[in-house]
Amino acid sequence: MSKYSEILFRPVFKENPIALQMLGICSALAVTSKLYPTLIMCVALTVTVSLSNFFISMIRNITPSNIRIIVQMTIISSLVILVDQALKAYDYETSKTLSVFVGLIITNCIVMGRAEAFAMQNPPGVSFLDGFGNGLGYSVILIILGTIRELFGTGTILEYEIFPLVQNGGWYVPNNFFLLPPVSFILIGLIIWALRAWQKDQIEEPEFKMSQNSPEIVPNPPPTPSSKAAS
Amino acid sequence: MPKLNKDSTLNITFVGIGLCLLCSAIISFIAIQLRPVQENNIVLDMQKKIVSSAGLEEVYGSVENAMSNIKTLIIDLDEGEIVDISPDSYELAKELREDGKYKFLSAEEDVASIKKREKYSKIYIEYKDDKINTLILPVRGYGLWGILYGYLAIEGDFNTVAGLEFYEHKETPGLGAEIDNPKWKALWKGKKIYQDNGEVSLKVIKGSVLETSNNFSYEIDGLSGATLTCNGVSNLIAYWMGNDGFLNFINNLQKIDV
Repeated sequence: MSKYSEILFRPVFKENPIALQMLGICSALAVTSKLYPTLIMCVALTVTVSLSNFFISMIRNITPSNIRIIVQMTIISSLVILVDQALKAYDYETSKTLSVFVGLIITNCIVMGRAEAFAMQNPPGVSFLDGFGNGLGYSVILIILGTIRELFGTGTILEYEIFPLVQNGGWYVPNNFFLLPPVSFILIGLIIWALRAWQKDQIEEPEFKMSQNSPEIVPNPPPTPSSKAAS
Repeated sequence: MPKLNKDSTLNITFVGIGLCLLCSAIISFIAIQLRPVQENNIVLDMQKKIVSSAGLEEVYGSVENAMSNIKTLIIDLDEGEIVDISPDSYELAKELREDGKYKFLSAEEDVASIKKREKYSKIYIEYKDDKINTLILPVRGYGLWGILYGYLAIEGDFNTVAGLEFYEHKETPGLGAEIDNPKWKALWKGKKIYQDNGEVSLKVIKGSVLETSNNFSYEIDGLSGATLTCNGVSNLIAYWMGNDGFLNFINNLQKIDV
Protein backbone atom coordinates (compact mmCIF):
# COMPACT_ATOMS: atom_id res chain seq x y z
CA MET A 1 0.00 0.00 0.00
CA SER A 2 2.79 2.38 0.89
CA LYS A 3 4.24 1.69 -2.55
CA TYR A 4 1.11 3.16 -4.13
CA SER A 5 1.00 6.22 -1.93
CA GLU A 6 4.70 6.66 -2.68
CA ILE A 7 3.94 6.62 -6.43
CA LEU A 8 1.07 9.04 -5.91
CA PHE A 9 2.72 11.56 -3.62
CA ARG A 10 6.39 11.48 -4.56
CA PRO A 11 5.80 13.80 -7.56
CA VAL A 12 4.10 16.36 -5.35
CA PHE A 13 7.08 17.52 -3.27
CA LYS A 14 10.00 15.13 -3.70
CA GLU A 15 10.06 14.99 -7.49
CA ASN A 16 7.84 17.85 -8.49
CA PRO A 17 7.61 18.04 -12.29
CA ILE A 18 7.89 21.84 -12.31
CA ALA A 19 10.16 22.52 -9.34
CA LEU A 20 12.64 19.66 -9.76
CA GLN A 21 12.36 18.52 -13.36
CA MET A 22 11.60 22.00 -14.78
CA LEU A 23 8.89 20.65 -17.08
CA GLY A 24 5.64 22.33 -18.05
CA ILE A 25 6.92 25.83 -17.25
CA CYS A 26 5.32 27.39 -20.33
CA SER A 27 1.73 26.91 -19.24
CA ALA A 28 2.69 27.73 -15.64
CA LEU A 29 3.65 31.19 -16.89
CA ALA A 30 0.74 31.66 -19.23
CA VAL A 31 -2.42 30.68 -17.41
CA THR A 32 -1.79 31.63 -13.78
CA SER A 33 -2.74 35.31 -13.77
CA LYS A 34 -6.15 34.38 -12.31
CA LEU A 35 -6.92 31.47 -10.01
CA TYR A 36 -10.08 30.13 -11.65
CA PRO A 37 -8.63 29.43 -15.11
CA THR A 38 -5.60 28.03 -13.29
CA LEU A 39 -7.78 25.48 -11.50
CA ILE A 40 -9.43 24.47 -14.77
CA MET A 41 -6.02 24.09 -16.39
CA CYS A 42 -4.86 21.89 -13.48
CA VAL A 43 -7.90 19.64 -13.87
CA ALA A 44 -7.39 19.47 -17.63
CA LEU A 45 -3.73 18.51 -17.30
CA THR A 46 -4.31 16.01 -14.48
CA VAL A 47 -7.06 14.26 -16.44
CA THR A 48 -4.90 14.15 -19.56
CA VAL A 49 -1.73 12.86 -17.92
CA SER A 50 -3.57 10.24 -15.82
CA LEU A 51 -5.59 8.85 -18.71
CA SER A 52 -2.77 9.01 -21.22
CA ASN A 53 -0.54 7.08 -18.82
CA PHE A 54 -3.33 4.54 -18.37
CA PHE A 55 -4.01 3.96 -22.06
CA ILE A 56 -0.37 4.02 -23.13
CA SER A 57 0.43 1.49 -20.43
CA MET A 58 -2.49 -0.68 -21.53
CA ILE A 59 -1.11 -1.12 -25.03
CA ARG A 60 2.57 -1.01 -24.07
CA ASN A 61 3.09 -4.71 -24.86
CA ILE A 62 1.87 -4.45 -28.44
CA THR A 63 3.32 -0.99 -29.16
CA PRO A 64 6.11 -1.34 -31.73
CA SER A 65 9.16 0.46 -30.35
CA ASN A 66 9.85 2.11 -33.72
CA ILE A 67 6.63 4.10 -33.65
CA ARG A 68 6.09 4.34 -29.90
CA ILE A 69 6.42 8.13 -29.80
CA ILE A 70 3.82 8.45 -32.55
CA VAL A 71 1.52 6.08 -30.69
CA GLN A 72 1.95 8.08 -27.49
CA MET A 73 1.32 11.37 -29.27
CA THR A 74 -1.82 10.00 -30.94
CA ILE A 75 -3.25 8.98 -27.59
CA ILE A 76 -2.20 12.20 -25.85
CA SER A 77 -3.53 14.48 -28.56
CA SER A 78 -6.83 12.57 -28.76
CA LEU A 79 -7.29 13.04 -25.03
CA VAL A 80 -6.40 16.72 -25.23
CA ILE A 81 -8.91 17.26 -28.03
CA LEU A 82 -11.56 15.57 -25.90
CA VAL A 83 -10.72 17.77 -22.90
CA ASP A 84 -10.79 20.85 -25.13
CA GLN A 85 -14.17 19.89 -26.64
CA ALA A 86 -15.65 19.21 -23.21
CA LEU A 87 -14.39 22.54 -21.93
CA LYS A 88 -15.90 24.38 -24.91
CA ALA A 89 -19.23 22.70 -24.17
CA TYR A 90 -19.39 23.08 -20.41
CA ASP A 91 -17.24 26.09 -19.51
CA TYR A 92 -17.12 28.30 -22.58
CA GLU A 93 -15.93 31.43 -20.75
CA THR A 94 -12.89 29.69 -19.30
CA SER A 95 -12.14 27.94 -22.56
CA LYS A 96 -11.89 31.39 -24.17
CA THR A 97 -9.52 32.58 -21.43
CA LEU A 98 -7.31 29.50 -21.70
CA SER A 99 -7.63 29.60 -25.51
CA VAL A 100 -4.68 27.84 -27.08
CA PHE A 101 -3.13 26.63 -23.84
CA VAL A 102 -5.53 23.71 -23.46
CA GLY A 103 -4.49 22.51 -26.91
CA LEU A 104 -0.87 23.01 -25.95
CA ILE A 105 -1.17 20.36 -23.23
CA ILE A 106 -0.26 18.06 -26.14
CA THR A 107 3.24 19.50 -26.09
CA ASN A 108 3.44 19.68 -22.30
CA CYS A 109 6.63 17.83 -21.44
CA ILE A 110 5.11 16.35 -18.27
CA VAL A 111 2.58 14.27 -20.22
CA MET A 112 5.08 12.95 -22.76
CA GLY A 113 7.75 12.54 -20.08
CA ARG A 114 5.58 10.36 -17.85
CA ALA A 115 4.40 8.29 -20.82
CA GLU A 116 7.95 7.55 -21.91
CA ALA A 117 9.53 7.22 -18.46
CA PHE A 118 6.82 5.39 -16.54
CA ALA A 119 3.83 4.16 -18.52
CA MET A 120 5.90 2.23 -21.08
CA GLN A 121 7.38 0.06 -18.29
CA ASN A 122 4.54 -0.30 -15.76
CA PRO A 123 1.04 -1.78 -15.65
CA PRO A 124 -2.00 0.46 -16.22
CA GLY A 125 -3.09 0.85 -12.59
CA VAL A 126 0.15 2.26 -11.21
CA SER A 127 0.68 4.26 -14.40
CA PHE A 128 -2.63 5.96 -13.77
CA LEU A 129 -1.57 6.74 -10.20
CA ASP A 130 1.78 8.06 -11.39
CA GLY A 131 0.04 10.31 -13.91
CA PHE A 132 -2.39 11.53 -11.28
CA GLY A 133 0.46 12.24 -8.85
CA ASN A 134 2.34 14.24 -11.45
CA GLY A 135 -0.85 16.12 -12.26
CA LEU A 136 -1.12 16.94 -8.55
CA GLY A 137 2.50 18.08 -8.43
CA TYR A 138 1.86 20.39 -11.38
CA SER A 139 -1.38 21.62 -9.81
CA VAL A 140 0.22 22.44 -6.45
CA ILE A 141 2.72 24.80 -8.08
CA LEU A 142 0.11 26.34 -10.39
CA ILE A 143 -2.35 26.95 -7.57
CA ILE A 144 0.35 28.65 -5.49
CA LEU A 145 1.23 30.86 -8.48
CA GLY A 146 -2.40 31.57 -9.34
CA THR A 147 -3.29 32.54 -5.79
CA ILE A 148 -0.31 34.87 -5.32
CA ARG A 149 -0.67 36.47 -8.74
CA GLU A 150 -4.39 37.09 -8.49
CA LEU A 151 -4.14 38.34 -4.91
CA PHE A 152 -1.38 40.88 -5.56
CA GLY A 153 -2.34 41.64 -9.16
CA THR A 154 -6.03 42.34 -8.64
CA GLY A 155 -6.59 42.13 -4.87
CA THR A 156 -8.99 39.20 -5.21
CA ILE A 157 -9.00 35.43 -4.86
CA LEU A 158 -11.46 33.62 -7.15
CA GLU A 159 -13.00 37.06 -7.84
CA TYR A 160 -13.72 37.44 -4.12
CA GLU A 161 -12.29 40.69 -2.80
CA ILE A 162 -9.51 40.26 -0.22
CA PHE A 163 -7.69 43.59 -0.51
CA PRO A 164 -10.13 46.45 -1.24
CA LEU A 165 -8.77 48.34 -4.25
CA VAL A 166 -8.05 52.06 -4.27
CA GLN A 167 -10.37 52.45 -7.29
CA ASN A 168 -13.22 51.07 -5.17
CA GLY A 169 -12.44 53.19 -2.14
CA GLY A 170 -10.06 50.76 -0.42
CA TRP A 171 -6.35 50.97 0.31
CA TYR A 172 -4.68 48.46 -2.01
CA VAL A 173 -2.96 49.66 -5.18
CA PRO A 174 -2.93 46.61 -7.50
CA ASN A 175 0.52 45.60 -8.68
CA ASN A 176 0.15 45.07 -12.42
CA PHE A 177 3.54 43.37 -12.54
CA PHE A 178 1.93 40.33 -10.94
CA LEU A 179 -0.38 39.98 -13.93
CA LEU A 180 2.54 39.68 -16.37
CA PRO A 181 4.03 36.26 -17.18
CA PRO A 182 7.63 37.02 -16.03
CA VAL A 183 6.55 37.22 -12.39
CA SER A 184 5.87 33.47 -12.54
CA PHE A 185 9.58 32.90 -13.18
CA ILE A 186 10.45 34.77 -10.02
CA LEU A 187 7.79 32.96 -8.00
CA ILE A 188 8.80 29.53 -9.34
CA GLY A 189 12.39 30.40 -8.43
CA LEU A 190 11.35 31.26 -4.87
CA ILE A 191 9.31 28.05 -4.61
CA ILE A 192 12.31 26.00 -5.79
CA TRP A 193 14.50 27.77 -3.22
CA ALA A 194 12.04 27.02 -0.42
CA LEU A 195 11.63 23.41 -1.55
CA ARG A 196 15.37 22.80 -1.67
CA ALA A 197 15.94 24.41 1.71
CA TRP A 198 13.48 21.82 3.03
CA GLN A 199 14.43 18.79 0.90
CA LYS A 200 18.21 19.06 0.83
CA ASP A 201 18.70 16.09 -1.53
CA GLN A 202 17.14 18.12 -4.37
CA ILE A 203 20.17 20.42 -4.42
CA GLU A 204 22.24 19.63 -7.48
CA GLU A 205 26.04 19.46 -7.59
CA PRO A 206 27.30 22.70 -9.08
CA GLU A 207 28.73 22.15 -12.55
CA PHE A 208 31.50 24.67 -11.98
CA LYS A 209 33.27 25.84 -8.88
CA MET A 210 34.99 29.15 -8.37
CA SER A 211 38.73 28.51 -8.23
CA GLN A 212 40.84 30.38 -5.74
CA ASN A 213 43.77 32.14 -7.34
CA SER A 214 45.07 34.49 -4.72
CA PRO A 215 48.53 33.21 -3.61
CA GLU A 216 48.32 34.83 -0.16
CA ILE A 217 45.36 32.70 0.81
CA VAL A 218 46.17 29.50 -1.09
CA PRO A 219 49.85 28.63 -1.40
CA ASN A 220 49.13 25.87 -3.95
CA PRO A 221 49.59 26.58 -7.67
CA PRO A 222 46.35 27.53 -9.53
CA PRO A 223 44.38 24.39 -10.48
CA THR A 224 44.95 23.00 -13.95
CA PRO A 225 41.94 21.95 -16.03
CA SER A 226 42.50 18.28 -15.12
CA SER A 227 42.57 18.91 -11.38
CA LYS A 228 39.48 21.07 -11.73
CA ALA A 229 37.62 18.26 -13.37
CA ALA A 230 38.69 15.92 -10.59
CA SER A 231 37.31 18.23 -7.92
CA MET B 1 -0.31 -18.62 -29.12
CA PRO B 2 2.98 -17.66 -30.73
CA LYS B 3 4.83 -14.80 -29.17
CA LEU B 4 3.87 -11.55 -30.84
CA ASN B 5 6.72 -9.92 -32.68
CA LYS B 6 5.78 -6.36 -31.92
CA ASP B 7 8.39 -4.84 -34.21
CA SER B 8 7.27 -6.69 -37.33
CA THR B 9 6.08 -4.58 -40.23
CA LEU B 10 2.70 -6.22 -39.98
CA ASN B 11 2.29 -5.24 -36.35
CA ILE B 12 3.54 -1.69 -36.96
CA THR B 13 0.94 -1.28 -39.72
CA PHE B 14 -1.77 -2.89 -37.67
CA VAL B 15 -1.15 -0.88 -34.48
CA GLY B 16 -0.63 2.39 -36.38
CA ILE B 17 -3.76 2.17 -38.50
CA GLY B 18 -5.88 0.62 -35.76
CA LEU B 19 -4.99 3.23 -33.18
CA CYS B 20 -5.59 6.13 -35.55
CA LEU B 21 -8.98 4.75 -36.63
CA LEU B 22 -10.02 4.11 -33.04
CA CYS B 23 -8.95 7.55 -31.79
CA SER B 24 -10.54 9.39 -34.70
CA ALA B 25 -13.79 7.47 -34.25
CA ILE B 26 -13.96 8.34 -30.55
CA ILE B 27 -13.12 11.99 -31.14
CA SER B 28 -15.65 12.33 -33.96
CA PHE B 29 -18.37 10.72 -31.89
CA ILE B 30 -17.81 12.97 -28.88
CA ALA B 31 -17.36 16.11 -30.99
CA ILE B 32 -20.69 15.48 -32.71
CA GLN B 33 -22.38 14.76 -29.38
CA LEU B 34 -21.10 18.01 -27.87
CA ARG B 35 -21.67 20.22 -30.90
CA PRO B 36 -25.22 21.40 -30.03
CA VAL B 37 -24.07 22.46 -26.55
CA GLN B 38 -21.06 24.28 -27.98
CA GLU B 39 -23.12 26.08 -30.60
CA ASN B 40 -25.56 27.14 -27.95
CA ASN B 41 -22.64 28.57 -25.97
CA ILE B 42 -21.48 30.57 -28.98
CA VAL B 43 -24.99 31.99 -29.48
CA LEU B 44 -25.21 32.90 -25.80
CA ASP B 45 -21.80 34.52 -25.96
CA MET B 46 -22.84 36.59 -28.96
CA GLN B 47 -26.05 37.63 -27.20
CA LYS B 48 -23.96 38.69 -24.23
CA LYS B 49 -21.85 40.90 -26.50
CA ILE B 50 -24.95 42.41 -28.08
CA VAL B 51 -26.54 43.10 -24.71
CA SER B 52 -23.38 44.44 -23.10
CA SER B 53 -22.65 46.77 -26.04
CA ALA B 54 -25.68 48.74 -24.89
CA GLY B 55 -25.02 48.16 -21.19
CA LEU B 56 -28.38 46.37 -20.90
CA GLU B 57 -27.15 43.52 -18.72
CA GLU B 58 -27.19 45.79 -15.67
CA VAL B 59 -30.58 47.24 -16.61
CA TYR B 60 -32.35 43.89 -16.96
CA GLY B 61 -30.29 41.84 -14.53
CA SER B 62 -29.46 39.06 -16.98
CA VAL B 63 -28.74 38.44 -20.63
CA GLU B 64 -31.91 36.36 -21.08
CA ASN B 65 -34.14 39.08 -19.66
CA ALA B 66 -32.49 41.66 -21.85
CA MET B 67 -32.82 39.48 -24.97
CA SER B 68 -36.55 39.06 -24.34
CA ASN B 69 -36.91 42.83 -24.71
CA ILE B 70 -34.80 42.92 -27.83
CA LYS B 71 -36.21 42.35 -31.29
CA THR B 72 -33.97 41.02 -34.05
CA LEU B 73 -34.65 42.40 -37.51
CA ILE B 74 -33.20 42.15 -40.98
CA ILE B 75 -32.93 45.42 -42.86
CA ASP B 76 -32.07 46.34 -46.41
CA LEU B 77 -29.15 48.76 -46.19
CA ASP B 78 -29.74 50.37 -49.60
CA GLU B 79 -33.43 51.04 -49.05
CA GLY B 80 -33.07 51.58 -45.33
CA GLU B 81 -36.14 49.46 -44.71
CA ILE B 82 -37.03 46.41 -42.71
CA VAL B 83 -37.43 43.34 -44.87
CA ASP B 84 -39.40 40.23 -44.09
CA ILE B 85 -36.61 37.68 -43.80
CA SER B 86 -36.19 35.36 -40.84
CA PRO B 87 -33.18 36.53 -38.83
CA ASP B 88 -32.47 33.03 -37.49
CA SER B 89 -30.67 31.72 -40.53
CA TYR B 90 -28.83 34.97 -41.23
CA GLU B 91 -25.04 34.73 -41.23
CA LEU B 92 -22.82 37.59 -42.28
CA ALA B 93 -20.12 35.35 -43.73
CA LYS B 94 -22.71 33.56 -45.87
CA GLU B 95 -24.20 36.84 -47.11
CA LEU B 96 -20.78 38.01 -48.25
CA ARG B 97 -20.31 34.85 -50.33
CA GLU B 98 -23.62 34.76 -52.18
CA ASP B 99 -23.85 36.68 -55.46
CA GLY B 100 -26.32 39.53 -55.43
CA LYS B 101 -26.33 39.78 -51.65
CA TYR B 102 -23.33 42.05 -51.41
CA LYS B 103 -21.68 44.82 -53.35
CA PHE B 104 -18.05 45.64 -53.92
CA LEU B 105 -17.00 49.01 -52.62
CA SER B 106 -14.95 51.39 -54.72
CA ALA B 107 -11.83 52.94 -53.20
CA GLU B 108 -13.51 56.22 -52.26
CA GLU B 109 -16.62 54.53 -50.89
CA ASP B 110 -14.62 52.05 -48.84
CA VAL B 111 -13.77 54.23 -45.87
CA ALA B 112 -13.56 51.30 -43.46
CA SER B 113 -11.52 49.09 -45.85
CA ILE B 114 -13.96 46.19 -45.81
CA LYS B 115 -14.02 45.66 -49.61
CA LYS B 116 -17.53 44.13 -49.64
CA ARG B 117 -20.73 45.33 -48.02
CA GLU B 118 -23.74 43.11 -47.48
CA LYS B 119 -27.17 44.10 -48.78
CA TYR B 120 -29.02 42.86 -45.74
CA SER B 121 -27.95 43.51 -42.20
CA LYS B 122 -29.11 41.96 -38.94
CA ILE B 123 -29.86 44.58 -36.30
CA TYR B 124 -31.28 44.57 -32.80
CA ILE B 125 -33.78 46.96 -31.25
CA GLU B 126 -34.55 47.23 -27.58
CA TYR B 127 -38.04 48.48 -26.76
CA LYS B 128 -39.12 50.20 -23.61
CA ASP B 129 -42.82 51.16 -23.21
CA ASP B 130 -43.33 50.37 -26.92
CA LYS B 131 -40.77 52.93 -27.94
CA ILE B 132 -37.33 52.30 -29.36
CA ASN B 133 -34.91 52.70 -26.49
CA THR B 134 -31.72 51.35 -28.02
CA LEU B 135 -30.64 50.48 -31.52
CA ILE B 136 -27.81 47.95 -31.75
CA LEU B 137 -26.03 47.90 -35.09
CA PRO B 138 -23.33 45.53 -36.34
CA VAL B 139 -20.26 47.45 -37.51
CA ARG B 140 -16.90 46.38 -38.86
CA GLY B 141 -13.76 47.90 -40.26
CA TYR B 142 -10.11 47.25 -40.77
CA GLY B 143 -7.84 47.94 -37.80
CA LEU B 144 -4.14 47.16 -37.87
CA TRP B 145 -3.98 43.38 -38.34
CA GLY B 146 -7.48 42.53 -39.41
CA ILE B 147 -11.13 43.45 -39.45
CA LEU B 148 -12.66 44.59 -36.16
CA TYR B 149 -16.17 43.21 -35.71
CA GLY B 150 -18.39 44.87 -33.18
CA TYR B 151 -21.74 46.30 -32.15
CA LEU B 152 -22.51 49.97 -31.80
CA ALA B 153 -25.46 50.77 -29.57
CA ILE B 154 -27.33 54.02 -30.11
CA GLU B 155 -29.96 55.55 -27.87
CA GLY B 156 -33.55 56.32 -28.90
CA ASP B 157 -32.67 59.79 -30.20
CA PHE B 158 -30.58 58.00 -32.89
CA ASN B 159 -27.65 60.28 -32.13
CA THR B 160 -26.31 59.44 -28.68
CA VAL B 161 -23.96 56.48 -28.31
CA ALA B 162 -25.00 53.92 -25.68
CA GLY B 163 -21.87 51.84 -26.07
CA LEU B 164 -19.45 50.03 -28.36
CA GLU B 165 -18.29 46.44 -28.04
CA PHE B 166 -16.01 44.43 -30.31
CA TYR B 167 -16.51 40.69 -30.45
CA GLU B 168 -13.74 39.74 -32.82
CA HIS B 169 -10.44 41.35 -33.73
CA LYS B 170 -6.78 40.53 -34.19
CA GLU B 171 -5.21 43.62 -32.61
CA THR B 172 -2.01 43.53 -30.53
CA PRO B 173 -2.59 42.65 -26.86
CA GLY B 174 -1.77 45.60 -24.64
CA LEU B 175 -1.94 48.11 -27.52
CA GLY B 176 -4.72 47.81 -30.10
CA ALA B 177 -6.50 45.13 -28.10
CA GLU B 178 -7.14 47.80 -25.45
CA ILE B 179 -10.30 48.52 -27.46
CA ASP B 180 -11.69 45.81 -25.17
CA ASN B 181 -10.68 47.71 -22.04
CA PRO B 182 -13.83 48.53 -20.04
CA LYS B 183 -12.42 51.94 -19.09
CA TRP B 184 -11.97 52.89 -22.71
CA LYS B 185 -15.34 51.48 -23.75
CA ALA B 186 -16.97 53.54 -20.99
CA LEU B 187 -15.75 56.72 -22.73
CA TRP B 188 -18.19 56.12 -25.58
CA LYS B 189 -21.37 56.33 -23.59
CA GLY B 190 -23.15 59.64 -24.09
CA LYS B 191 -21.05 60.80 -27.06
CA LYS B 192 -22.89 62.19 -30.08
CA ILE B 193 -22.56 60.84 -33.61
CA TYR B 194 -24.05 63.50 -35.90
CA GLN B 195 -23.30 67.20 -36.03
CA ASP B 196 -26.36 69.48 -36.41
CA ASN B 197 -25.82 69.50 -40.18
CA GLY B 198 -26.04 65.70 -40.26
CA GLU B 199 -22.34 65.07 -40.72
CA VAL B 200 -20.77 62.10 -38.88
CA SER B 201 -18.35 63.71 -36.44
CA LEU B 202 -17.74 61.03 -33.86
CA LYS B 203 -14.12 59.88 -33.93
CA VAL B 204 -11.16 58.71 -31.91
CA ILE B 205 -8.48 61.40 -31.68
CA LYS B 206 -4.81 61.32 -30.75
CA GLY B 207 -4.24 61.98 -27.06
CA SER B 208 -7.00 62.82 -24.65
CA VAL B 209 -10.05 64.98 -25.18
CA LEU B 210 -10.14 68.23 -23.23
CA GLU B 211 -13.35 68.93 -21.38
CA THR B 212 -13.25 72.48 -22.67
CA SER B 213 -12.97 71.36 -26.28
CA ASN B 214 -15.76 72.38 -28.66
CA ASN B 215 -15.87 68.84 -29.95
CA PHE B 216 -15.97 67.27 -26.48
CA SER B 217 -19.10 65.29 -27.21
CA TYR B 218 -17.79 64.05 -30.58
CA GLU B 219 -14.33 62.86 -29.61
CA ILE B 220 -12.91 59.82 -27.82
CA ASP B 221 -9.46 59.59 -26.18
CA GLY B 222 -6.96 57.78 -28.38
CA LEU B 223 -5.19 54.66 -27.17
CA SER B 224 -1.47 55.27 -26.95
CA GLY B 225 0.56 53.00 -29.20
CA ALA B 226 -2.51 52.06 -31.20
CA THR B 227 -2.95 54.89 -33.70
CA LEU B 228 -3.83 52.62 -36.61
CA THR B 229 -6.38 50.66 -34.60
CA CYS B 230 -7.94 53.94 -33.44
CA ASN B 231 -8.06 55.22 -37.01
CA GLY B 232 -9.76 51.98 -37.95
CA VAL B 233 -12.39 52.56 -35.27
CA SER B 234 -12.97 56.15 -36.46
CA ASN B 235 -13.26 54.93 -40.06
CA LEU B 236 -15.78 52.24 -39.26
CA ILE B 237 -17.94 54.74 -37.37
CA ALA B 238 -17.73 57.15 -40.30
CA TYR B 239 -18.63 54.41 -42.78
CA TRP B 240 -21.45 52.65 -40.98
CA MET B 241 -23.10 55.81 -39.71
CA GLY B 242 -22.91 57.37 -43.17
CA ASN B 243 -25.05 57.10 -46.31
CA ASP B 244 -23.67 53.74 -47.31
CA GLY B 245 -24.24 52.35 -43.84
CA PHE B 246 -27.21 52.77 -41.56
CA LEU B 247 -28.04 56.44 -42.21
CA ASN B 248 -30.93 55.63 -44.59
CA PHE B 249 -32.41 53.28 -42.06
CA ILE B 250 -32.04 55.73 -39.20
CA ASN B 251 -33.70 58.48 -41.26
CA ASN B 252 -36.58 56.14 -42.06
CA LEU B 253 -36.92 55.12 -38.42
CA GLN B 254 -37.44 58.72 -37.45
CA LYS B 255 -40.33 58.94 -39.93
CA ILE B 256 -42.06 55.62 -39.36
CA ASP B 257 -42.98 53.71 -36.29
CA VAL B 258 -41.57 50.20 -36.05
